Amino acid sequence: MRRVAIVGAGYTKFGECWDKSLRRLAQEAGMRALADAQVEGKDIEALFVGNMTAGRFIGQEHLSALAADRMGLTPIPSTRIEAACASGALAFRKALMAIQSGQHDIVVAGGVEKMTDVGGDSAVASLMGAADQEWESQIGLTFTGLYALITRAHMQQYGTTSEQLALVSVNNHKNGVHNPNAQYPFEITVEQVLKSPLIADPLRLLDCSPITDGAATVVLASEEAAKRFENPIWVIGSGQASDTIALHDRKSFTELQATIVSSRVAYKQAGIRPEQVDLVEVHDCFSINEIIAIEDLGFCKKGEGGKFVEAGKIARDGERPINTMGGLKSIGHPVGATGIRQLADLVTQLRGKAGKLQVNDAKIGLALNIGGSGATGVTHILANQNAL
Amino acid sequence: MPQMSSVPIAWRLQQPRYRLIGTICTKCNTSYFPPRSLCQTCRDKGKIEKHKFPGTGKILTYTVIRIAPEGFAEFAPYAIAIIELEPGVTVAGQVVGDPEQVKTGRKVKTTFRRMYTDGKDGLLQYGMKWELLDQ
Repeated sequence: MRRVAIVGAGYTKFGECWDKSLRRLAQEAGMRALADAQVEGKDIEALFVGNMTAGRFIGQEHLSALAADRMGLTPIPSTRIEAACASGALAFRKALMAIQSGQHDIVVAGGVEKMTDVGGDSAVASLMGAADQEWESQIGLTFTGLYALITRAHMQQYGTTSEQLALVSVNNHKNGVHNPNAQYPFEITVEQVLKSPLIADPLRLLDCSPITDGAATVVLASEEAAKRFENPIWVIGSGQASDTIALHDRKSFTELQATIVSSRVAYKQAGIRPEQVDLVEVHDCFSINEIIAIEDLGFCKKGEGGKFVEAGKIARDGERPINTMGGLKSIGHPVGATGIRQLADLVTQLRGKAGKLQVNDAKIGLALNIGGSGATGVTHILANQNAL
Repeated sequence: MPQMSSVPIAWRLQQPRYRLIGTICTKCNTSYFPPRSLCQTCRDKGKIEKHKFPGTGKILTYTVIRIAPEGFAEFAPYAIAIIELEPGVTVAGQVVGDPEQVKTGRKVKTTFRRMYTDGKDGLLQYGMKWELLDQ
């Protein structure tokens, strides 16, 4: 396979962007990434856009053509990819494969979601499209509810505590303070998390990532084409796995097979072990998912994720820095954009351009993007020149 | 579930939803609820038949939904549990009554209830919920 690098990345300010439409957000992120890469529109050969459910949020489908149109990239081929909250990373993986196959040399992968044009309860119902419509949505489950079922099972089996969950949110907010694009760039305390209202027991408001508008874009190039770019960040591993759409159909409620399988594929391709990863972007849609990811990615034994967090190992200067730019909790979670945003943040860190958030001597980064309650898992491993 | 369901959807699902009828592959003796029409092990070599599950189960994990999605606000707060029907067969369901009484390990049985009001025509959808059995 041909080697592929990320040569440009950017994302919009995340938040309740009432003054910006989906097309405007997509265009803005696209132009930021192209400017960062210093490429012109005429250099781009194909476009992949991740989006979960614009049809339900704003009544707009056919985002492939819309994105190419608004970025002034017609008539290049443009493809929309949907895998719920993993749409972004999957769009990236398809862009990666388009280059690996020899089909294209410079490709753009983006993700976008416009979630605040509808009310909160409608957004919650729309997000349930990522679950089993017949057997989960139609009994009144929500995504907080699904992850609450997972949380309770993890607490019962391993003794994970609400305080440990709270520390996940606290750490992510601590990092997000210095991210200019974060939706909620302020610190929170364990006490605030534990006093926030219950949404679905045992998960509280501050265990949950928010509803967010935003878009993110990266530019990928083949090894040959990457020669003319400064500081390319190499994609050294990519893995993807699927699981049952319904949570109740799984043998275990305390692990995500899609994480385990996709990460093992990515580690093998990269030729590295979990211990060699310098920093990690995980999918903290709910605090429990960060704890489970720490275990399933192989950073500690199964069941010890809570203690790992409690020991401060996920801090920016800890043993395994996680969500160093704020995570979904503080930056926000525009579902289709998140997977690309994670990769953009890894690129910033691996270039050594993260400012106050910089992880010392970061060479290898891993991003895990999860769709639904774990029905899709996509893992990518990136490395800078120093790692090779 | 506003505008999501319809008469045909409710009609297609009435056997599992009203009567807890799932399926079984008689070749490998694996039972499925919610029903599958393709055996996960034997695939097209399997032999799928209807299988009626006993209307009782055990709670494996649960939550209390306090912020309900569109169409379910009238029931909130309500408990949802993952219920084991027989070893290896589990399904999510609403547990009626006081959500504070819902606990892992408690036994439940099915009860026929109104699930939600559907679409702008206000079609009532019925189905199976669960009630706690005496400890």
